[in-house]
Amino acid sequence: MHNNYVYIKIPSLSVNESFARAAVAAFCSSLNPTMNEISDIKTAVSEAVTNAVVHAYEDEIGEIEIQCRIKGQVVEIIVEDFGCGIADVEKAREPLFTTRPELERSGMGFSVMESFMDELVVLSEKDVGTKVILRKKISEKKLKTLNEESDDESLEDEE
Amino acid sequence: MNIQFIETTNVLTIKLKGELDHHSADDARILIDEKIKNENFNKLVIDFKGLDFIDSSGIGFIIGRYKVIRKRNGVIEIVNAGKKIRKILDMSGIGKIIKIK
Repeated sequence: MHNNYVYIKIPSLSVNESFARAAVAAFCSSLNPTMNEISDIKTAVSEAVTNAVVHAYEDEIGEIEIQCRIKGQVVEIIVEDFGCGIADVEKAREPLFTTRPELERSGMGFSVMESFMDELVVLSEKDVGTKVILRKKISEKKLKTLNEESDDESLEDEE
Repeated sequence: MNIQFIETTNVLTIKLKGELDHHSADDARILIDEKIKNENFNKLVIDFKGLDFIDSSGIGFIIGRYKVIRKRNGVIEIVNAGKKIRKILDMSGIGKIIKIK
């Protein structure tokens, strides 16, 4: 089976935050995730994209690229911007740390990504940009009840 | 996101419907703060019953309103937070300063 992927490129407008998380969630639906898994992915993507919208380009509008890949049962999401970069990634990942308290930023973004996904990698270079890599394994579903319920239909579908 | 205001003496209840993120929080806080300042409310109830999504921007939004109402010696309360919403609220530790029902 080929690995499936999708690329999304959006301007860093806050109105695109909801589109980005919904698009990634829709793409992941082929893995048949639970409501909780989808909710976790949506939240983590929202955090990564919001970070790029708020911090990457200051008052300008730049571009955000989102790559989403399915590798077996693992979904990998890369959110990348080409903005100012993060001066100190380690510091930025600390809970409650924010450079923009005046914008009511809670400083919880990376903590949420970390706890809602299995893996979080943050790569950043000053004036080059930031790349956030999120990975989550989606549990395999047996579809037991579905098979039992639609036994006849599934037999018809198999050729 | 949609906001519905319910006003009684001193108490402002806001019912949030839809998704509370960085984008929607920006518009909401202007509307809400204006109402609190103009009409002398000293209690703010945030009703999350119709809310489908929240991220850490929503936490920033709640803390922001907490600060506004605290300046007026008022209190803030969160009601009807569903499971998904609760997960972020619990993670933030916001329950230590704000009553969650």
